[in-house]
Amino acid sequence: MPLLEIKGVSFQVGAAKILDDLCLSVEEAEVHALLGTNGTGKSTLAYLIAGCEGYRPTAGSILFDGRAIHTSKIHERAQLGITMAWQEPVRFEGISVAQYLTLKNRALDPAPYLEMAGLQPARYLTRMVDRSLSGGERKRIELASILALRPRLAIFDEPDSGIDMLSLRDIINVINACKENGSAVLLITHREEIALIADRASQICRGGIVCSGSPEKVAAYYKSRQCLTCDTEGCADGRP
Amino acid sequence: MDALEQLMQAFGNTGGDRAVLADSSTAHLVADGHTILSSRAIEGVEVEAQETPSGISATVRVRQGVRLTNPVHLCFGVLHKKGTQNISMDVRLEKNASVSFIAHCIFPDAEQVIHTMDAVIAIEDGAEMHYSETHFHGLHGGVEAIPKAVVSVGKNGGYLGEFTLVTGRVGRLAIDYDVEAQENAVVELTARVFGHGNDTIQIKEKVVLAGENARGLIKTRVAVEDEASAEITGITEGNAAGARGHVDCMEIVKDNGVASAIPIVRVTNSLAKVTHEAAIGSVDKRQMETLMLHGLTPEEAVDVIVKGILR
Ligand SMILES: Nc1ncnc2c1ncn2[C@@H]1O[C@H](COP(=O)(O)OP(=O)(O)O)[C@@H](O)[C@H]1O
Ligand SMILES: [Mg+2]
Repeated sequence: MPLLEIKGVSFQVGAAKILDDLCLSVEEAEVHALLGTNGTGKSTLAYLIAGCEGYRPTAGSILFDGRAIHTSKIHERAQLGITMAWQEPVRFEGISVAQYLTLKNRALDPAPYLEMAGLQPARYLTRMVDRSLSGGERKRIELASILALRPRLAIFDEPDSGIDMLSLRDIINVINACKENGSAVLLITHREEIALIADRASQICRGGIVCSGSPEKVAAYYKSRQCLTCDTEGCADGRP
Repeated sequence: MDALEQLMQAFGNTGGDRAVLADSSTAHLVADGHTILSSRAIEGVEVEAQETPSGISATVRVRQGVRLTNPVHLCFGVLHKKGTQNISMDVRLEKNASVSFIAHCIFPDAEQVIHTMDAVIAIEDGAEMHYSETHFHGLHGGVEAIPKAVVSVGKNGGYLGEFTLVTGRVGRLAIDYDVEAQENAVVELTARVFGHGNDTIQIKEKVVLAGENARGLIKTRVAVEDEASAEITGITEGNAAGARGHVDCMEIVKDNGVASAIPIVRVTNSLAKVTHEAAIGSVDKRQMETLMLHGLTPEEAVDVIVKGILR
């Protein structure tokens, strides 16, 4: 049984069908890359899995450990071990980096997690998670905090966006560390080279999965841009 | 136990450091109601306080060029359940002086206490003052506190004022601060208040940027829950070339709380600039969701966010 199973999920806002009969599964302790260009519905899918307010499937179901979770609230799903790092991490006034990494477990030593994300603990622990951090710093802190949580499923929404090429190594280290901790990872990205670190990959196009399999196969298909040229016939026609 | 000991105990309970009163290198003034319990002047700092028919009248002078490393401690309280405390303060920092004040206003058992403070603060050219005032009004909501201050900041001077009332009840609070800044002066006013029950909070802070390149920031962080209400008025005037002002108000409303913010910005010189931002309402949804994704319950998440902004 997969850890996460998305069965025929659609999500419609007014007349706009953002996700359409989408199917995807993520296995226990698997890194699964979800590849797709801008506006294909990646973040929407992440919000539906995490259970953000206003995001409930208009059709289909989401199972976690075999249990339907798609009507549960976000904190109920978090208690089951589902967490997510937003594409644009949120800022907080008056919360230090140290506090942020130990919100749930106050006894935890946050330093090793910052180091893993490429940040020197001595320089960051007393900083605030507010507007004084750069986008890249804030993003790394978010990744460190997710790693520290040891979730069963971590959804990373474009963890590589806003991160320079030289620092990609740190992002990849965090994802690998999550996997070593036994977490499953849904790795959302629009860069095929990031998808290559995954165990499996799927490509999303216009709200549906158009290709799944080994990262190499999916990345090659993604790179060929076949799906993008399939215009009105619908992406499914372009399946390899 | 005498009044000083009782007040010091309350002072310690609200985070004050009792040892400072015994320290001969630290100036202080301690009063219970209209009784002065203790005061100390030090080299370069005159502290004079008298009991008058209507209350307490105190004068603090910091001599020219004196730059104190130890803060001056002020502790005002009413230990009884009922009482009145009227304080008038006259503070002058002579040229290039620099001093920090740490003030505690403590009314631990107040059921019907009125506390008024009328301060006139003159900061001469090049002088800098940091004034941090923390209030504790007990748990009954029986305090009416009316702090007023008129502050003038000379050329190249600085005034940093902080007001904090985040533990226990507020009762009724009406702050009225008025600051005028001359050339190159820097003014920062910060207030943090948490209202509960039927507390009412009124904060009016005004900064007039009168001199060229004067800078001002009014920052207000308020949370109201239960039936509490808050009305925050932040006024900044830019009246000289290069003056820069900003009004930043954030209020979180829970339960049946009511909050309003009135930013007033006025510019009379085309080379001055004043901006404002206000965020009033329930806790930010994205922040809530982020904390819940980190394993907190909705209640814990609200608590962390509110504590954060009041910190
Ligand atoms: N609440 C919404 N209402 C209407 N359209 C939306 C809403 N949320 C997302 N969309 C649209 O759905 C599409 C997919 O968005 P998103 O999931 O953010 O894409 P991605 O993360 O892949 O870039 C976009 O065209 C976006 O404009
Ligand atoms: Mg997105």
